Amino acid sequence: MKQLLPLLLILGVLGGAKAQSLTDGIFMDKQYLCVAAVYNHDAWDQYWEGALLRKNGNIGTLTTQSTVLMANYGLFNKVNLIAMLPVVWTNASGGTLASQRGLQDLTLAVKYKAFETGLLGGKFSAQVVAGGSLPTTNYVADYLPLSIGLHSKTLFGRGILHYAGAKHLTFLLSGTFIGRSNVTIDRTSYYTTQQIYSTEVKMPNAAQFAFRGGYYSFRWGAELLAEHNATLGGFDIRRQDMPFLSNNMDATRVGAQAFYRLPFLADLQVIGTVMQTVQGRNVGKSLTWSAGITKFFGFAKKQ
Amino acid sequence: MKKIAFFAAFSIAACFVFYACNKDITENLTTLNQLNPASQDLNAKDWKTVVLAAPTDVTVAAPTAANSAEYLQEVADTKQAVANATSAQKEAIAYWSAGSILRWNEIMRELVAKHNLAPAPNADNTYSFPDAANPFNYPTFPFANPPYSARAYAYAAVAQYDALVAAWYYKSQYNRAAAYNADPSIAALVPKNAVPGYPNEDAVAAGAAYVMLRALFPGDTTFINEKVAEAANYKKWAGAAVSSDITAGLALGKAVAGKVLTRAKGDKMKFAIGTAAIWDSLTNSASVRGETPWISQDSPKRPPMLPLFGQVKPWLFAAADIAAVRPVAPPSTNSAEFKAQLADVKRQADPNDRDKMKIVHYWADGTGTYTPPGHWNYFAAELVYKAQQSEVRAARTFALLGMSLMDAGITCWDTKYFYMVPRPTQMDPDIRTLTGLPNFPAYTSGHSTFSWAGATILGHLFPAEVANLNSKAEEASISRVYGGIHYQMDCTAGKFSGQKIGGFAVTRAQTDGGE
Repeated sequence: MKQLLPLLLILGVLGGAKAQSLTDGIFMDKQYLCVAAVYNHDAWDQYWEGALLRKNGNIGTLTTQSTVLMANYGLFNKVNLIAMLPVVWTNASGGTLASQRGLQDLTLAVKYKAFETGLLGGKFSAQVVAGGSLPTTNYVADYLPLSIGLHSKTLFGRGILHYAGAKHLTFLLSGTFIGRSNVTIDRTSYYTTQQIYSTEVKMPNAAQFAFRGGYYSFRWGAELLAEHNATLGGFDIRRQDMPFLSNNMDATRVGAQAFYRLPFLADLQVIGTVMQTVQGRNVGKSLTWSAGITKFFGFAKKQ
Repeated sequence: MKKIAFFAAFSIAACFVFYACNKDITENLTTLNQLNPASQDLNAKDWKTVVLAAPTDVTVAAPTAANSAEYLQEVADTKQAVANATSAQKEAIAYWSAGSILRWNEIMRELVAKHNLAPAPNADNTYSFPDAANPFNYPTFPFANPPYSARAYAYAAVAQYDALVAAWYYKSQYNRAAAYNADPSIAALVPKNAVPGYPNEDAVAAGAAYVMLRALFPGDTTFINEKVAEAANYKKWAGAAVSSDITAGLALGKAVAGKVLTRAKGDKMKFAIGTAAIWDSLTNSASVRGETPWISQDSPKRPPMLPLFGQVKPWLFAAADIAAVRPVAPPSTNSAEFKAQLADVKRQADPNDRDKMKIVHYWADGTGTYTPPGHWNYFAAELVYKAQQSEVRAARTFALLGMSLMDAGITCWDTKYFYMVPRPTQMDPDIRTLTGLPNFPAYTSGHSTFSWAGATILGHLFPAEVANLNSKAEEASISRVYGGIHYQMDCTAGKFSGQKIGGFAVTRAQTDGGE
């Protein structure tokens, strides 16, 4: 695994784009493969302790960087298989807490275009994504905000309504339910709203609602994004307490994304995204940007 | 169309699996069997009390005669109470019948964890201190940090121990049968034994808890009152006690705890925070010796945690003897030996060693936890439960442990502020910690001192566990080096004084009549 790290880092520096296929409305045709490498940079110097937005000198600015490798394969025209694996590293500019880095969770998903029809000169489709994620290493989860993930296994189901209209206008609405397994931590007791004597943490499930809309053509695209992530349960960070895995973490984020396919590089796609958390609970008020590259390969025999 | 149905079904099923699957957690040492000890320790009436000179320091009026109409009516009331027990009362019986002392210790750990949060900085980068007179005002009272909690566990346990020894004394003196023995037709909901019923021991423990816990956690009186009402009365609902057993028990527990509270009020804890002038003088005392003094690495800088806790009145040795239990001076911050200690921390604190991280986090017992003294109380609770100790013997175990841990805290805090040794991260900013950095000097390690004091007295009380307890103490100590917050010398010296304090408790245990 350690040998893989520099490779992933290099890929991250080379370019990037948020691994988007899980949430966008775009499909690979049969026997086409899309491979993406995306570098993400997420930083905050304020966070919501429950509802209270505050700074913390013992954290300073918390930076979480990741490089995500993603592959999306067209099994059929209407069925895509998606895989994703990030390597994550964290750092706090204040205080003394040590950084963490490592491979995080492998996500596997199937995306299916369940319904498609012509509408007002464009195409309207309904899609579903079903998948799950699994931690690939035994990274420490109970070390927020410096842990690289929550170490929960997830199963998720997402419904997508996508419209690709005339003049390259595009809109998307999606809703996701994420079931999260309990997590085992190193401590044998911990306090949530009461003292619990177990190494197991009961994890609340989560949901996400997202909107995106803008311009999308073969050569380039630009879209506005908005999303709301909600934890379905959990508790607030107490005043001056450390954050915990089963906190009620909510975040509303808005941003934009643009891509361009480089004609002089065989249509290699470069993607950039920026997102700002505008409202939240028990999360950092973060500014996230990402940059990535996407390459398409066709395996089908030319007809 | 078939495919649509399949995928829709799949996604719905995936969601349903998570909603349907039971995520409830099975907790350790919470759902317990009813206490049924082999010995009720009837000789505990002669055990040496801690604060009371003798059980007769508090009086318990003679009960009504076992053949009086008044008593017979009380027995009939108890029989009726068993028959009419509500589901809430039966839940209370299931909870408390594992052992009142065990449950009160569990409640103490919960209250400590709830209150173990340092005050957040004010907008002007200063800090306010909790105020016992206004426990709900932020920062809420108390900040149950390790010294505060060590003291809290000790006082709660000592009050219950003295109260139970007094209860055993009066039980023996008045020798009035428990309700289920007075009327064998009572279908008792707890195991029967031959201990006299007056005064009721669960009410005694509840009375002591009422006084001590309300003083230690004045913001939680509603919660404490509820628990006291359950703990004091459950033996009536279970057919073991009559009302006058309970009334007398509560009164006895409160009276004994009142005397213990008087000790607490005069033990100098109220001065332990110190003053700005004292904080400066501690720093200067190290500077004039040519040493690099400890400074707070919290941001903004926080006043040192309870710098005068070392002057609090100990249980197992005289306050005047503190210098005799204090470990020798650490190597100078300018010495080669100190630099070697620092280099060792840098080598050992590896944020990428997952096995070490596990040890660091298992023992961290930092912010929002029941603290290291709480961890050792938890181990004691496991042992008390496994051994099925009688209520009075369980109280003795927690009192001996509590006194050891509080005295360990006093000794450790005295040493910390006497030498003012900076943390490794202050001496080498490249060292990063794997857990929160405590806001007090390094030498000696609180974890080591607490753990070795705890392991020593518990090892004496549970000889079969010596190896297990010592390896726990060893791991608790080294976890602080792995965490990047302590030098090895802090652990070595902490072990030295922890074992010494634990030894004082062993001496007491050997002579208190309990062995």
